[in-house]
Amino acid sequence: MSHHHITLTVNGRPHKSQVPARLTLVDFLRDVLLLTGTHTGCEHGVCGACSILLNGKPVRSCLIFAVQADGMDIVTVEGLAPEPETLSILQDCFWETHALQCGFCTPGMLIAVRALLAENHSPSEEQIREGIGGNLCRCTGYKPIVDAILLAAERMRRSNAGASDATAG
Amino acid sequence: MRPPAEPARNFRYISKKRRTKEDRRFITGAGHFVADISLPGMLHVALVASPHPFAQIISIDAQAALALEGVKAVLTGEELARATDPLMSGLDIPKVRRYPLAVGLARYVGEWVAAVVAESRHVAEDAAELVEVTYEPLTPVLDPEAAMAADAPIVHPDHGTNVLFQRKFTWGAVEADFAAADRTLCFRARWNRSSTVPIETFGVVAMWHPATRLMDIWASIQMPKFPDLLARALRLPGNAVRVHFDVDVGGSYGVKRGLKHSVLAGYLARKLGRPVRLIEDRIENMRGGDAHGPDRIFDMGVAFDESGVIRSLRIRALDNVGAHAGRAPFQLGKPVGAIVGPYRIGSVEYEAISVTTNMTPQEAVRGFGQAPTNFALETTVDRVAHALNMDRIEVRRRNLIHHEEFPYTIPSGSTYDSGDYHVVLDKALATAGYQDLLRRRDATRAGGKLAGVGIVCCLEPSGGNASFEPLFNPKNETTTWMEACGIRIDLNGTIIATMGTSSSGQGHETLVATVIGEILERDPDTIRVIHSDSLTALPSNSPVGSRMAIMLGGAAAKAADKLKHAITAIGAHRLGVAADAVIYRDGDIALAQDPTRKIAWDTIVEIAHRKFHQLPPGMEPGLQSMHVLDVPTGGSLPTADGRVQMYPCYAFEAHIVYAEIDPITGQVALRKYVVGHDCGTMINPDIVHGMTCGGIAHGIGAALYERFAYDENGQLLSGSFMDYLIPSAHEVPDIEIVDHCTPSPHTAFGQKGSGEAGYLGAPAAVASAVNDALSPHGLNVATLP
Repeated sequence: MSHHHITLTVNGRPHKSQVPARLTLVDFLRDVLLLTGTHTGCEHGVCGACSILLNGKPVRSCLIFAVQADGMDIVTVEGLAPEPETLSILQDCFWETHALQCGFCTPGMLIAVRALLAENHSPSEEQIREGIGGNLCRCTGYKPIVDAILLAAERMRRSNAGASDATAG
Repeated sequence: MRPPAEPARNFRYISKKRRTKEDRRFITGAGHFVADISLPGMLHVALVASPHPFAQIISIDAQAALALEGVKAVLTGEELARATDPLMSGLDIPKVRRYPLAVGLARYVGEWVAAVVAESRHVAEDAAELVEVTYEPLTPVLDPEAAMAADAPIVHPDHGTNVLFQRKFTWGAVEADFAAADRTLCFRARWNRSSTVPIETFGVVAMWHPATRLMDIWASIQMPKFPDLLARALRLPGNAVRVHFDVDVGGSYGVKRGLKHSVLAGYLARKLGRPVRLIEDRIENMRGGDAHGPDRIFDMGVAFDESGVIRSLRIRALDNVGAHAGRAPFQLGKPVGAIVGPYRIGSVEYEAISVTTNMTPQEAVRGFGQAPTNFALETTVDRVAHALNMDRIEVRRRNLIHHEEFPYTIPSGSTYDSGDYHVVLDKALATAGYQDLLRRRDATRAGGKLAGVGIVCCLEPSGGNASFEPLFNPKNETTTWMEACGIRIDLNGTIIATMGTSSSGQGHETLVATVIGEILERDPDTIRVIHSDSLTALPSNSPVGSRMAIMLGGAAAKAADKLKHAITAIGAHRLGVAADAVIYRDGDIALAQDPTRKIAWDTIVEIAHRKFHQLPPGMEPGLQSMHVLDVPTGGSLPTADGRVQMYPCYAFEAHIVYAEIDPITGQVALRKYVVGHDCGTMINPDIVHGMTCGGIAHGIGAALYERFAYDENGQLLSGSFMDYLIPSAHEVPDIEIVDHCTPSPHTAFGQKGSGEAGYLGAPAAVASAVNDALSPHGLNVATLP
């Protein structure tokens, strides 16, 4: 099996690696970079648990190979907080409304919402449901997630931080 | 019995909106899930699955697989069955043997036939495709009624029949009640096969330490007595298996009971001398993970009067458990504890039949059989209303048990603790704007669409006593399902609480910290709650049967009470007065007469830890306590006619849902959803509300989208998320919850269980709405989904 050199940026840090051609991006992130916050739920692109930002766009990291991410910029759940031991406004709002239970879908959900709020600073409930429609959650029935997103959007607007999703208080 | 707690009881932390202790690690990606565990030298398992629903295994040729670089072993069922004991079965059916890998016969599509172990998951999967299995296909049996026929293929030939359990219970004067009733009707209702299908599949990591003869297990497990069962199957002493309960479980809702996975991984870890990891991929989870849910045919008969009063029920429930039994047949047993739902129905006949077929085995699903039963009961009530041309709500009101009738004993022997059903229903109707909803429905109908309102009243039995075990298996004399909590206050004055089970999103750390904080008057945020391992843990029966608020919360409360006594005794002794002359405030002990004279928490802690000379004479040093709680109202075996106190507490739900149906595509859209919910005192409202919404979403899936469908040849047609449809944010409407609190007299704070909330009524409510929408056209559907 062929191996390939790749160079990419993950959560602001550059990485160089040699990977087998068939290694998926999610396995690369989890097994090589040990960023285990990104989860695999279905490995066929439906559940969204493995969502990451690839050059700013939310993608399913189980559906692309690590070699395809060569030269790209990646953000995972570990990169959402502005600094270690702090939370982004979005994360803080998920905590405040208890927008999760088991926490397994949460990293992918946060990524999807980060992408949504970067494009739309005041989404309606319908737009929110559209934005997270590709991320399955089995615990919450989505309501507390929708509440968290509405709250986060409002707080981000008020903090004048807009889409940059600055740190929570 | 203790007097009922006051509904308006003034709590400091309980019932307050407070952030959970668990969420922070999950929102930062720092959860500790089983797939995150990576050990040096760890090997990976891939499975070879049967493509046949029923077949003789003639031979297994592993040569090509073993020749692949990185492959360490190929394990067959024959070898594993020689080295391990069969997996437990709840029923007394010794000849229905179950092993992690098929032995001789493959009994369903997806059953594991061989396991391949390799240096990486990729290599293991490559090698699994090289294992050549020769089968002699047999004729399968798939339909549960066909499975009972005399000439049916027998799934377990040694057992001699496909019937695993069959018993007809008669509680009360059923025949007389049917004869005396003005009217009777009967119909068939079908609950098709779905499950909880967590987003995280099941996984396990096993590691054997030869020097200490100890098996370490990390698993995404939610299973009563898992460590004991695992040790027995592996033929190891109980204290040679250490299950780590600090693994975060990525959703379970009942099904994460990977005993077979863990026996397999444990055996391989010992055999190969290396840590072994087995993580299901999605198809393994859906097909061979043995985690399907109830698959049930109800034949319902009901006797009722022109007044709308329901006198008696005849229920025949035939359940297809699939190819193996496990605990699944008990899912016909738990509903005995709420067999008349929230209604005053004087007599019941209940025939429960569990059959085996060539389908994936069933596992415990949220509610343990109660959701299908509630669907059958509520469909019955709707049919009675329809037959009498009476309002569906009025029929319910006439039959609901009244607030002043509690405690209320139903014909099958369980006593409901408390409730205020009429009020909760009225509150839900008011919040839903029921009359407006009817007007909206009628307007939508006038516009050419189908529209309907669904109404459901149902119960959530909670507290998790396992009385269905002796009810269905007289050799099993289980009369308690205890739960425990330990608490320690360290030298620095901080509190550490220990629980003996893993969690799958229920917020147990928050529960325990809140309860202890309430009693010891310390901020719950400062209390650390540890999921211990099975060797250091106190007894637990895991978070099943909506039991943890009652059982773990109750054990934590009792353990905290003991500490409070100890702290009080130390403080009083230091003040030179009797214990009844002091008051406990925020952990300090003050003279009742003069609260300015007090001994501070830190001082008491220091006395307990190192000033033995200042301790009351004979008192144990340190500050630690434990409590093992028996299930309230438990302790009795069933009577000869099968009456038993099943669960201690009964929560009530009233669901109101408004649905519109596109007449061309048949697509159902839920436009409004309101649920009135009374689970007594809520320890943490956000947690209760979250689980309730999640349960409703799950119930909507079971009603409209989710089905493990098989073709006539026994092939599973929905083994991925492309065809097994889990509701997304599009399908689940906004859900409005109307709280009500009728405290339970049996629990520390009046709490009842709520882990199965929502799911127990949502499928029936959606069905009720769809049938209301179809009723102008003379149609009725009694099949889910």
